[in-house]
Amino acid sequence: MKQKGWKDLPPGSVILEGGSAARFKTGSWRAFRPVWIEENCIQCLFCWIYCPDMAVKVKDGKRTEFDYDFCKGCGICALECPGKKGKKAIEMVEEGK
Amino acid sequence: MATPLTLKELSKKEELFTHGHRMCAGCGAPTIVKMVLLATEYPVVAANATGCLEVSTCISEYTAWKIPWIHTAFENAAATLSGVETMYRSLKKQGKIDKDVKFIAFGGDGGTYDIGFQSLSGAMERGHDMIYICYDNGAYMNTGIQRSSATPMGADTTTCPAGSCVPGKLRPRKNLTKIMAEHNIPYAAQASPSHWMDLMKKVRKAHELPGAKFLNVISPCNRGWRSKTNDAITLSRLAVNTCYWPLYEIEEGITKVTYTPKEKLPLLDFIKPQGRFKHLFEPGNEWLLKAMQEEVDREWAKLQAAEKCGC
Amino acid sequence: MAKVVAVTGNEAVANALRQVNPDVCGIYPITPQTDMMQRYASYISNGKVDTEAILVESEHSSMSACIGASAAGGRVVTATSSQGLALMWEMLHIASGDRLPIIMPVVNRALSAPLNIHGDHSDAMGCRDTGWIQIWSENGQEAYDNTIQAFRVGEHMDIRLPVMVCMDGFIISHSIERMEYLEDDEVKKFVGPFKNLFPLLDLEKPKSYGPLILTDLYHEYKKAQHEVMLKVKDVVLEVAKDFEKMSGRKYGLFETYRLEDADIAIVILNSAAGTTKDVVDELRDKGIKAGLLKPRLFRPFPYEEMAEALKNARAVCVMDRSDSFGGYGPLFMEVSSALYQLKNRPALINKIYGLGGRDYLPSHGEMVFNELAEIAAGGKIKAYKEYIGVRE
Ligand code: SF4
Ligand code: SF4
Repeated sequence: MKQKGWKDLPPGSVILEGGSAARFKTGSWRAFRPVWIEENCIQCLFCWIYCPDMAVKVKDGKRTEFDYDFCKGCGICALECPGKKGKKAIEMVEEGK
Repeated sequence: MATPLTLKELSKKEELFTHGHRMCAGCGAPTIVKMVLLATEYPVVAANATGCLEVSTCISEYTAWKIPWIHTAFENAAATLSGVETMYRSLKKQGKIDKDVKFIAFGGDGGTYDIGFQSLSGAMERGHDMIYICYDNGAYMNTGIQRSSATPMGADTTTCPAGSCVPGKLRPRKNLTKIMAEHNIPYAAQASPSHWMDLMKKVRKAHELPGAKFLNVISPCNRGWRSKTNDAITLSRLAVNTCYWPLYEIEEGITKVTYTPKEKLPLLDFIKPQGRFKHLFEPGNEWLLKAMQEEVDREWAKLQAAEKCGC
Repeated sequence: MAKVVAVTGNEAVANALRQVNPDVCGIYPITPQTDMMQRYASYISNGKVDTEAILVESEHSSMSACIGASAAGGRVVTATSSQGLALMWEMLHIASGDRLPIIMPVVNRALSAPLNIHGDHSDAMGCRDTGWIQIWSENGQEAYDNTIQAFRVGEHMDIRLPVMVCMDGFIISHSIERMEYLEDDEVKKFVGPFKNLFPLLDLEKPKSYGPLILTDLYHEYKKAQHEVMLKVKDVVLEVAKDFEKMSGRKYGLFETYRLEDADIAIVILNSAAGTTKDVVDELRDKGIKAGLLKPRLFRPFPYEEMAEALKNARAVCVMDRSDSFGGYGPLFMEVSSALYQLKNRPALINKIYGLGGRDYLPSHGEMVFNELAEIAAGGKIKAYKEYIGVRE
């Protein structure tokens, strides 16, 4: 990508596009990947509300897949997931394994 | 109608704080911002003090904010936002703007308890219609874990390092929530991201009260607390359940504890998982552990007494 | 129709602000500015303006709030002096870096220590590198006129920069002068409605003000800031032309007084220029070719134009009412940079005068001109920089 020159910049370094960070992927930060085990999921959405990176996708009030473009692999979702009958619906797996 | 405070319904709202921000993995602050904005049912403008949240959410051409947002410096988020809010009032008075807009300032504890204290106090006293939200992680984390007046007693930081003579910070924290309440503002409260419903209710309540409001939210930082990346929510829950960080509100001067732990856990449960307190378990430092527990007990008793007497 | 009045500088500037009727103003007391914004507060209390005041708890917060208000989208003013301006220093850079056209009268006063409330230029000179446009005023009339023009300059869509309008503390701020006021609607028409660039309160298009910019773009942003400053001179002249049409009063980048054919000249800012003009007249009566140059636009500095104006003089003294200790006075440094580009340049000396409100007398001007006459006649320069009006 060609870097901007001084004439290309908006006055006052104002960012004119709200939410432009959504174009900056942080998934590569991850050392561990959360894996969703759907059959153990009770759809409590704790993973969604507690995820600091808005990396749990929800559709019509239901949790779907992780957004691996942004998940940093912190493991909060896995720790907070109550799962079903003592069985977690999220497991952290080392990347590359 | 306001969105019901259920996760199912809230999850259908547009997220006004996006992914792609660069806060550390497992940081508590983004979750707090997310909850605050999810609870807010109005168009909202935010100001941010310099700090982790600010540098990581608005960098180069990337902003995680889908709402109007402004950062100017470290010590003046409250003053900056009071300017924005005053312009809004002026334009509204002149009929140049018609919407109802709300204003929220975010600052870390350094930018709030310390360097931003005067500007915050001024804005609260003037009564600008805003909620100032402190995400309190208990040190200057952005510059590398230096002591602030929010750092808990006993903690090891890079400017009060636990050494052979000095076992970390010796002074207790400043009680900022109470100090803010003493500005005769309509609402000051403490919240924790672990108790999302309590936090969101407080945000909603604050928005409905005219004038300046203050919300202090505990914000675990795994780098500074030297804990695990996955324990921000667990630790903030332990902070509440040990009464290190009681959940309460002071509305028009009346104190109310909004959550009382079923069983008040020993402070050790909160501090053991954190490396910043590791040195306290070495022989010779027992007195400090004891003093820390006593401080928590004393503050909790004072809070309960305040609630009881209705003051 | 102009109205002739007898008012103080503070009163005149407060009246200019009332006529402009900004949306928000920051108010905080500091001598000798205090009574300007006090007057403005009474306009607010009596419904003479639409302005909402922010009665801040410090000048740092005043500038912070003005930045917030200006970014929100509207016309914003505040005023200060001395320590107050110094306390704002951090935020001055942010106002200009964010390209916000905040207008701020500065009633020039000395800086501590020792504490002193009287007029000198240390405060505004101390923030000459903050990216603000600086316009200086000799008297109450100029302060009034410059304040009105400042809105057009700072808010110009090609500029969008904050502007300081400087006038001398007490000497001008508190002395009653005869001057002419413009009519309210003339001023209103001249200044025009505020035009927004990137208003934060435009909720449909959320913007982020104040990002972290590292090595990738910071250098480019600063270059852009320098480049926009280069456009200011033309806008100042264009605005001055319109102002002259309305008021009959002429303004430029600087004022020259009997300078055209002068052999010796003094460059001097603000109120002391008035005193010096009298000295020039006396010398001219004696057949001595003395002249004066009084800068008006100090930031950006009109280097080429000033060099052109001074090039025929044989000896010039730049008089500074502030000092850069261990260096030359700030005005001297600028004038000498301007003259350096000339092939044949006048001899140049620097005098520091009037610090902390020390009187500047006609005899001081005379003394300097005498020294310049000696230098012009081939005499040796005894000292390049010297304090005058000082006891041993
Ligand atoms: S691992 Fe962390 S970042 Fe990834 S989805 Fe879970 S909570 Fe979100
Ligand atoms: S926290 Fe666990 S159980 Fe709850 S929705 Fe997420 S994956 Fe399902």
